[in-house]
Amino acid sequence: MEKYVYLTLFAPLAGSLFAAMFGMSKKNLITGIVTSALLFVSLFSSLMLLGYVDEEHIVKVNLFDWISAGNFDVSFGFIADQVSVIMMVTVTTVSALVHVYSIGYMDHDEGFNRFFSYLSAFVFSMLVLVMSDNFLGLFIGWEGVGLCSWLLIGFWYYKKDLPREIYPAISPSWAANEAFIMNRIADLGMLIGLFLIYWNVGSLNYDVVFKNIPNVDISIVVLIGIFLFIGAMGKSAQFPLHTWLADAMEGPTPVSALIHAATMVTAGVYLVVRANEVFSLIPNVGMFIASLGAFVAVFAATMALVNNDLKKIIAYSTLSQLGYMFVAAGLGAYWVALFHLMTHAFFKSLLFLGAGNVMHAMNDELNIKKMGGLYSKMKWTAILMIIASLALAGIYPFAGFFSKDKILEVAFSEHAYILWFMLWIGAGLTAFYSFRLIMLVFFGEERYKRFGFHPHEAYAFMLWAMAPLGVLAVISGFFEHSFKEYVTAILPDYEAHIEPHIVGYVLIALTLTMALSGILFAVYKYSRGGFSKKWEETWIYKLLFNQYYIPQLYEKFITKPYAELSKIAWKDIDLKIVDSTVDFIATTLYDAGDKSRVIQSGNLSKMLRWMAIGLIVLLIAAII
Amino acid sequence: MFEAIAFYLFAIVTVAMFLIVVFSKNALYAMSALAGGMIFIAAFFFMLDADFMGVVQIIVYGGAVMALYAFGMMFFDTTRDVKENIKDKRIIYTLGTLSFILIVVIMSAPFISDHIKALYPSLPGVGNPQMVGYVLFTKYLVPFEVAAVMLLVAMIAGIILVSKKMDQSITTMPEVDKKIEAEEFDIKDAK
Amino acid sequence: MITLTHYMVLSGILFSIGMLGVIRRKNLLMLFFSTEIMLNAVNLGFVAVSKYIGDLSGQMFAFFIIAVAASEVAVGLGLLVLWYKRKQTIDLDSLQSMKG
Repeated sequence: MEKYVYLTLFAPLAGSLFAAMFGMSKKNLITGIVTSALLFVSLFSSLMLLGYVDEEHIVKVNLFDWISAGNFDVSFGFIADQVSVIMMVTVTTVSALVHVYSIGYMDHDEGFNRFFSYLSAFVFSMLVLVMSDNFLGLFIGWEGVGLCSWLLIGFWYYKKDLPREIYPAISPSWAANEAFIMNRIADLGMLIGLFLIYWNVGSLNYDVVFKNIPNVDISIVVLIGIFLFIGAMGKSAQFPLHTWLADAMEGPTPVSALIHAATMVTAGVYLVVRANEVFSLIPNVGMFIASLGAFVAVFAATMALVNNDLKKIIAYSTLSQLGYMFVAAGLGAYWVALFHLMTHAFFKSLLFLGAGNVMHAMNDELNIKKMGGLYSKMKWTAILMIIASLALAGIYPFAGFFSKDKILEVAFSEHAYILWFMLWIGAGLTAFYSFRLIMLVFFGEERYKRFGFHPHEAYAFMLWAMAPLGVLAVISGFFEHSFKEYVTAILPDYEAHIEPHIVGYVLIALTLTMALSGILFAVYKYSRGGFSKKWEETWIYKLLFNQYYIPQLYEKFITKPYAELSKIAWKDIDLKIVDSTVDFIATTLYDAGDKSRVIQSGNLSKMLRWMAIGLIVLLIAAII
Repeated sequence: MFEAIAFYLFAIVTVAMFLIVVFSKNALYAMSALAGGMIFIAAFFFMLDADFMGVVQIIVYGGAVMALYAFGMMFFDTTRDVKENIKDKRIIYTLGTLSFILIVVIMSAPFISDHIKALYPSLPGVGNPQMVGYVLFTKYLVPFEVAAVMLLVAMIAGIILVSKKMDQSITTMPEVDKKIEAEEFDIKDAK
Repeated sequence: MITLTHYMVLSGILFSIGMLGVIRRKNLLMLFFSTEIMLNAVNLGFVAVSKYIGDLSGQMFAFFIIAVAASEVAVGLGLLVLWYKRKQTIDLDSLQSMKG
């Protein structure tokens, strides 16, 4: 079985290197085909592993010893247990389909080969992240996906800074840097967490750490949990480090589908799930995680309500769903978090790919106010996106219903009624903004004609690449029980206890009603031309539209002062102190050389005299 | 008692001889004084029970080296003193005094003399030529052979260096001078 | 009683005289003489220490120094003669071809 582990891991790397060979040359279809084929190889082998791994069979491979210094031993070891196999299957499924889709999406792009190289490199890093059997390997993958995300967000790095509808002006390279820097802040927290683990346990291997963590002082464990969660907050774009995710939509849409919806942003959730034995020791931190998750779930959903940018709405929705996952993980229902992670990966990437089709049809126009009535032109895209939106809204029998409803149940049975209420509101908001999007894009008045667009359906094979995701978005919810049995072999079991049973059914009914009413309200409102213009004048609309003014606040209170500080450091400290010191040393040496040139007169008796002086100096040194 | 008298006597004479070497203007006087100083040094060797070394000192320094210098001086016009316009006398004497003080202080430091003496009392019989022979041809055989080769090389080098144009007068060799000047001119031109 | 210190001080004095000669004289021949003085001073020190330690190594070292000095004189004098043939002088200040 080891060969499947290696195959899963290294097939994307091989694809990436292959595509990199053509990186600077013109579009070559073969790079897309080869990388996609290798991704399918990876998918196939991870499916083989999925079938193989059970309670008795956990595949562990040790590639080679990496660091061995004193009693610090880290090896490049990989593990395929239930959790990582689920992640591997999710990642490889979505990425294989996104690869195929990208062949069509990037068809006319000059950086076609480069794109596939980056995309496969990303998949490789993500697999390192989920398959590593120690925290350091996870961190390497963590940084790897950060780097690939930076490369891919800034893929169209040559685009200029353009003032968008919202302040500040952003360009792909700006957004890439923002994402990278925000992640860096969080990674520092994660590193501190790893250091603390190493100090107190003496190892970074999952097995050793989880075995010994109960013996560690509880206050230290709290610190470890907090710092690890800070790392997770950066990657999963939780408040207050969330702004980069919306700006990351500057990247190509397949990237948004793969990285910023299905895989990388869920790495934070994966970390919490993976380190469940740490977090289950500290329920207070877990409660904090859950509260923050619930807050983000509502907070992001409200921002999605009013945004007009097609991709940003979906990005906020991703944020909101990540909040749901953190609620589950924070309350100890790790398998529920993982389940929602998986279903979300399917329907959210489907949604993004659909958005990509729409963008293609509309010549990269993103403002949904300029669309409408596209259903007649792009029927299949519309159907797939409606499926995805239904799944997102959590309507029976779509996948989102099962996973999201489970989270609400968890919140209720933990007596966290406030959280439950927030999530319940969030569910309604989710349903509303998803169908606001659907209505504005695909139905109603055909506004695009006014702006002179000529929409057309995407290539058939792109739709075929989306179809499996559509199927999964519909059916994956029904695997709930087998999924639970599969992963609870190593994750703590969690069963929501809601007594009496009737309350549980009432809750499901309440949630469904909320979601349905959200959908119906959106359909009703936008089939009649939407809200009036006056609504846009109210302060609450402006607040939401400007993302609670958070980017502006960051700009004003962090970026600007930091720039000032950097300027001071540059002009005063660097130029006046550091530079001048260096210059002083250089000029001193130069002058000394210039002056001592006299010694080299070539006169032997003078040289002998110097030799005597040297002897005296040495003798004095000997005496002293 | 006699040892002390002998030591101070020879010390004063040796220092005096060497001072003559350093300060004398005439090379011939200097060489004679040097030869004397060498022989008095040999006296110290005898006092130190290093008979073999004393003999070697007299033969090699007092005999061979001095003869070599004497022969060498025949090549130079010794009647004509080298004019030594010594500038910056103060610097030279300051340096000389400083180094003198320092060296003497270091040499007289208890660290070097007393410490060593206390550790290893001198053994009777050591230093006689027989013992030297044993040591030289056992422990130091290879360095001895190397030294022999080195002396051979030095001899050949001396012969080769000096014997060029031996058939010509060394004081007047106008054609050689011209040739050399021409060469130097070439070098300057090349620069 | 003459101790090792006496010999070491004498050796130091002789060495200093030699060094004074080296930095004072401009006659190349005198420079050779001064070098010989320094070498002899060192030899004296070696032999003295050798006696007081009771180890023949010091004498052996002095012996090899004499050998080296002899070859040095042979080669050095050869060079000196060659120089004199060229320049008709053995003044140290004439040796300035290395001036940069």
